[in-house]
This record gives sequence, structure tokens and C-alpha cells, in this order.
Amino acid sequence: MRLPLLALLAHGPAHGYELKQDLEQLLGPEYPQPNVGQIYVTLGRLEKSGLIEGEDVAQSSRPNKKVYRLTDAGREALQVWFEETSVESRVRDDFFMKLALAPRTGLADQISLINKQRRQYLNTMRSLSKLATAENRDNPIANLLVEGAILHLQADLDWLERCQEELE
Amino acid sequence: MSDTPAPVLRAEGLVKTHHGEGAPVQAVRGVDLSVRQGEFVAVTGPSGAGKSTLLHLLGGLQRPDSGSIHLDGACTDAYSEARWAIERRRRIGIVFQFFNLVSNLTVADNVELPALLAGTSAKRARAERESLLAELGLENKARSMPGELSGGEQQRVALARALVNHPGLLLADEPAGSLDSKGTREVMRLLTRFHQRGQTIVLVTHDARLASTADRVISFYDGRIADDAELDGTGSPGTGISSVLELKD
Repeated sequence: MRLPLLALLAHGPAHGYELKQDLEQLLGPEYPQPNVGQIYVTLGRLEKSGLIEGEDVAQSSRPNKKVYRLTDAGREALQVWFEETSVESRVRDDFFMKLALAPRTGLADQISLINKQRRQYLNTMRSLSKLATAENRDNPIANLLVEGAILHLQADLDWLERCQEELE
Repeated sequence: MSDTPAPVLRAEGLVKTHHGEGAPVQAVRGVDLSVRQGEFVAVTGPSGAGKSTLLHLLGGLQRPDSGSIHLDGACTDAYSEARWAIERRRRIGIVFQFFNLVSNLTVADNVELPALLAGTSAKRARAERESLLAELGLENKARSMPGELSGGEQQRVALARALVNHPGLLLADEPAGSLDSKGTREVMRLLTRFHQRGQTIVLVTHDARLASTADRVISFYDGRIADDAELDGTGSPGTGISSVLELKD
């Protein structure tokens, strides 16, 4: 969440709660959001490492609020983030390890593992496609996030089919 | 136990072998399946697993080598082709991947035809057709020919045709198989809507996303049921949707 918060600050200074609202607007309210606490903790860390600067702003009837702005170092970190391509591991897989090691332990059956995992994926798929087909969805960026998750899940399910073919 | 209503559909020990040019292929090898009133069941699995054959057996479009099918508790083993045709008009509606509309009849006539064949009065058939087409957002397409419609629209007409006689059971064979993602979402939405109104549905699809709209998913491999799971849409604690969409770090 560090870099997304930096990216939100590139637009202009903001306080923690504003950033939470910006994220919500970007992703849509249905999506799991970091809570305000997580955002403040992350902002604290970013400030410590010099990527943002906080300034207390006095408020008449409430406690002071802290407004953060991006530093030059922060802007540079963001630049690097955009320049790097995103690498995500596709081979480190907890379920794969269970499947591969189950026969040696005698503690679990591979086909039952596959069936259990498939139920899990299908349930997740159900929640995601409910989000994707909910009427009045007008946030294309948020929809792309869900679409991506659905496509990954689809591939996971196809792979389970391959496992089943191979192991049954 | 005796006062629970009979399942809408019950199959026991279904076996079907295809005798093609090569060696005989056992498409369905011993399937037991029971579908209760109001259930939405998806049968999913890789292509060639035999799931379409299974659906054809359930709709009487093909006959099993052995095994029995009961509709609303009545055994169909002795049914003739003609009797099955009547059941498909009254008790079972079917939608297919390629819509199978009558190309030289208007949309309105395609939907009204099965009602008229089932003995519904012309006036009543028309009223049913009008309300279904309105419901499916096709009221201004009634005079169109099927060929003038998009794939998604044709599938909606096919759905109207399948439901015009209020069948207790809707069978759907890859209903989104020839549609784009927008058409697929439309089919998902409509199936969900009819199901919420109490329609019993058996859906065959290789598309996991479409299958996940059902409440119960049967995984079909190599002619057999490998798993039969109720979906609740939550997943196990801590590993559902939030971990898929979570912002890390």
C-alpha cells in the first residue's frame, strides 16, 4: 500500500482520511479497503523514510490534523515504481505444496485436496462475479480489478482440472 | 420423509456410450443425480467430459443405455419419443449454445409456437410472449427475424421460448458458449433472476464463472460426478474475496 499512497499524494497534499476516501473512490466502495489505522501506520513509515512530510494543521473545534505532502525522494521512488515492470510469482503456490507432499505424509488424499480447493475457488468466483454483474456498476477501473481476479481464478480452476486428469 | 415432494428430477445409474467411427466412448458412466424444486445446479468440467450428453439424457434428447430418469417422481423409462416431446413442451424448457431459433419465423412467433403447440389459446400465448419479451428487454424486437438480432438477443429469445409454458425445469446447455462477455453477463443475470423467482435450473457449462452463479456445482470428469458442492459465496474464513483483492504491503 506504500506506493499507492505515494501516488495519491503526487496529486497534492492530503490527510489520512482524505487518502482513504480517494482509495475508496478509485476502487469502489464494495471492495475490501485498508482501514484508516493501516493507512496512518503506513503514512508514519513513509514519513520516517523521508518519502513524505507531515505538517500539523490546527483546527478550531477538533484536534490538529496532519497533512502530508510528497518529498522529492518520494517523487523519485514513485518514478522508479512506474519504471519497473511488475513481477508476480506464479510458481510459489501453497496449494501446490500440499498437493505435491500429501502422498508422502499419508495425511491427506490428493483428489480430496483438489475437490476442496475447487470449492474454495468456486465460492470466491461466486463473490467476484456478483460484484462484476451487480447492476449500476459504473467504475471501469474497479471493474478491471475484479475482471483480473476472475481471470486468474479461471486459470487456477483450469489448472485444478489438469491436476485431476493427471492424478486420478 | 414420505411427505417431502418428489425431486423435480432424479437420475439413477445413467450410462451412455457413443458408437462413433472409432472405438466406443463411454460419455456417461453411472450417474446418480437428484435435483430438488427451486435448485440451481451447474454441471461443469472440461470439454469432452460428457456433460452435454448428460444434459441430453436428462431432457430425453438421447436415451440412456441403462439407468432411469424420474420427472416429478414419475418414471420415464417407458416414454416414447412423442411422450418426451410433450414433456419438453410442458415440463422441461431447454436452451442451447446456438439458440436453435426457427430462422424464418419472427421473434414473436418463435416464442409463441411452443405455447400454441401445447394447446394454449392464441390470445393467451400472445400475452405470455409479450410479458416475457418485455421482461427480457426485447419488446421492440417482436417483429424482427432471428438473423437480425445479436447473439445475446437471440439467446434471450431462446430463453423466452424455453420458459413460455412455465416448465418446472429449465435445462441450459452452454447457454453463453457462443456469446461475448457482455452477452455472458446478461445470461448470468437472467438465469439468476429466474432462479430467484423459483425456477429450477440445471446448467451445463465449461465456464467456471457462469457455473458460479448456481447454488450447487457438480464437477463432472470422464463421465462421472467427481464432486457435488453447495456454494455459499463466502469461501473459507480469511481466504475469500478479500484476499484476492487485498492491497498488499
